[in-house]
Amino acid sequence: MLVVKNLTVRYGTLAAVSDVDLAVNDGEVLALLGPSGCGKSTLLRAVAGLEPPAAGEIRWDDTDLANVPVHRRGFGLVFQDGQLFPHRDVAGNVAFGLRMRHVRAAERRTRITELLELVGLAGYEHRTVTQLSGGEQQRVALARALAPRPRLLLLDEPLSALDRALREQLAMDLAGVLRVAGATALVVTHDHDEAFTLADRVAVMRAGRITQTGPPDEVWRRPADEDTARFLGCGLFLPGHVQDGVVTCELGTAPLPWAPDGDVTLGLRPTALRLAENGVSGKLIRSVHRRDHVRLQVRLDSDDQLVDAVAGIAETPGDRVHLTLDPDGLAVVR
Amino acid sequence: MARHSPGLKPRGLALIALVPLGFLAVFFVWPVVAILRLGLDEGGVLATLGTAEVWRLVGFTVAQAAGATAVAVVAGLPVAFLLARTNLPGLGLIRVIILVPFVLPSVVVGLAFRTLLPDGGVWAIVLANAFFNVAVVARTVAGLWTHLDRRAEDAARALGASRLRTFTNVTLPALAPAIGSAAAVVFLFCATSFGVVLILGGARLRTLETEIYLRTVELLDLSGAAALSLLQLGAVLAALSIGAIMRRRRETALRLRGKAESARRPAGGEWAVVVLAVLVVVLLLVPIVSLVVRSLSTADGWRLDGYRALTGFGYEGSLEISGLDAVRNSLAAATDATLIAVTLGTMASVVLVSLARNKVRYVEVIDTAFMLPLGVSAVTVGFGYLVTLDLLPGDLRTSAALVPLAQALVVTPLVIRIMLPVLRSIDERLRQAAASLGASPWRVWREVDVPMAGRSLLTAAAFGYVVALGEFGATSFLARPDTATLPVAIARLISRPGELNNQMAYAACTLLVLVTVAVVAIVERVRVPVGEF
Repeated sequence: MLVVKNLTVRYGTLAAVSDVDLAVNDGEVLALLGPSGCGKSTLLRAVAGLEPPAAGEIRWDDTDLANVPVHRRGFGLVFQDGQLFPHRDVAGNVAFGLRMRHVRAAERRTRITELLELVGLAGYEHRTVTQLSGGEQQRVALARALAPRPRLLLLDEPLSALDRALREQLAMDLAGVLRVAGATALVVTHDHDEAFTLADRVAVMRAGRITQTGPPDEVWRRPADEDTARFLGCGLFLPGHVQDGVVTCELGTAPLPWAPDGDVTLGLRPTALRLAENGVSGKLIRSVHRRDHVRLQVRLDSDDQLVDAVAGIAETPGDRVHLTLDPDGLAVVR
Repeated sequence: MARHSPGLKPRGLALIALVPLGFLAVFFVWPVVAILRLGLDEGGVLATLGTAEVWRLVGFTVAQAAGATAVAVVAGLPVAFLLARTNLPGLGLIRVIILVPFVLPSVVVGLAFRTLLPDGGVWAIVLANAFFNVAVVARTVAGLWTHLDRRAEDAARALGASRLRTFTNVTLPALAPAIGSAAAVVFLFCATSFGVVLILGGARLRTLETEIYLRTVELLDLSGAAALSLLQLGAVLAALSIGAIMRRRRETALRLRGKAESARRPAGGEWAVVVLAVLVVVLLLVPIVSLVVRSLSTADGWRLDGYRALTGFGYEGSLEISGLDAVRNSLAAATDATLIAVTLGTMASVVLVSLARNKVRYVEVIDTAFMLPLGVSAVTVGFGYLVTLDLLPGDLRTSAALVPLAQALVVTPLVIRIMLPVLRSIDERLRQAAASLGASPWRVWREVDVPMAGRSLLTAAAFGYVVALGEFGATSFLARPDTATLPVAIARLISRPGELNNQMAYAACTLLVLVTVAVVAIVERVRVPVGEF
């Protein structure tokens, strides 16, 4: 189990990571989620042993890692862009960590076959790595990191260099591989879809600090503060009141069985308002096709406020429309 | 703040650094300082520097170097375009042809231009010095040009700029750092060029470098020589500093590389540039070919007399050893020099790149220090050896080891310039990946850096070998009659009367040309970037 306590990492006088506490349990995948520049990669590099901490400690079980250099930590590392060894073929890359551990050749071959199968690249042993596509390179990088059975796998934006369709596919595959391998992993990402696909638990980071840690749906529904909620897609915040699992606000009511009773701040994602027959009324300003829905911009009649909403089909700008609350798009800010 | 790099520990680094720095101190700084002190102690430095004759020398040195630099830049740019921006067939051959002059022994080039322009003179010197350095300009500029994102030019064209306008307003400013750094190095090479000026200028046209030689060897005017060395050292330091600044700007520029393939089939006015480039390449061949022709043509028609005579001692015993012995001496000295230089150069590169990775400041100062032997008069160094090295145990002064040591001093900077960019280009995260997989710092070097830089090591060794083979300035000072190398023997042959001596000299030059061409062709096949200074 990885335990990070009061960790601070500085670049000169700038604290990239300040006073962070974090734990990753055995067999757990934890995602560090935050906007770029929030210090999440620095935190990962400190855990890997690539950045010296200015204060605090990093422990594995009962061992303090302060004086354990990178190559003795037994942590696997996967970068955004693979960083495969260009002078070795696929098998040579995957074998690298095994050779460092003096694993015998026959055993190495078995393990390589096993891992390439796991990442969906069976038979790729003797391909040159420079000829692989970006997605294939990331798969090899993952196999290479997993081969020596690291006690912790560190993934630094593992999918960010890939295009979107491939990224979604590979995120699912990666989640599967991590489960099958029973890996303990720390994943750094700025993409919440990626974090929620991969992780058992999500830690949200902002400006060098961890603002919230919890299971994906808890972080999604109950962000710790407005900034976190905004990072997770909420564009509009309204006061509301919850009574017996039903929330009431100026835009209507919706069932929220998981919300605590009392006065709350509601965070609305665009999907929280849907086009309907009745509900609050307004004038449609703009209608844009997205991948799987239509995004609307509506000026409310009540207070001239501009809000985002979604619909199944496109409407004509200028029309009068009605919007109702959809509980799936609501977050309750604590 | 120092970053944790999975590289070598400071103590290990310091140990490695000690070897090349120690070599530099004993075999470069000490002799040079000794010479300068010798001159200063005798007094008369100011008197020497006050004479109008010295400033005429300075004027001529600077003027011929500036002229040669200008010619090299003008000739090098079209070739750079040809190499970087076109995908015409035969570019490999052109790469070989332009690189050959750069590594040809200066004696050979001097002799080649003497056959072309028998009257010698300023133009012969300027052209010969430019001939050496076209490759430096073409390769350095092409190195940046290849990586320059062509879409910036496409954008300018789309905005209505003509080809010429695009070149002057978009391309040329982007290339300026490369042109500047190439020009600085070329100027340095031309200003300190020795063999060429000695052969083509004789006693009539003298630069600082040949004057230092004449004063020490023939006039025994040590204080005068020391004063001139001091002057030259100052100028060299200034030129190197400018070069270092330009190099930094170019390395910044190199990071801006575009991904788009930049080589295309030339179009429109670009063909004119291609024709110019080919013309330059043909002109580069003329001196080489005329040398080969001259080695075969005698008063009695086409004969191999010169080659046959290499087994002997020249006309009326002009040489104290046979031509074959000189060849043997050359090969032995160059082999030793290459081994020393590759070892030292690799160590220095490892230190420099590790320091840079750990974000240590003043790396450029150390870098420049390693480059100094390139710019300081080889004659000064050679003379310095004679003054200082008898203080070392084993009496190095009369030892045959002296020549390879001096050659290694000249070759080491070249090895560093070839190795360093390759080592620098290895992504730090690749090494971090290796470390995270369990590789210790030494193992990271063995598994990542060595295999990836291995080919450039071979390239450095091959180039070092031909440069050592052709080294003339320091060798002419240090080689005793029985340890004379081929270039020294050639210089002696042409200074003596007798048609046979000339014929022998041409034949020997042709042999050196053949070795050079062979090495360059092999290096080109290995395809490691070379000649970016």
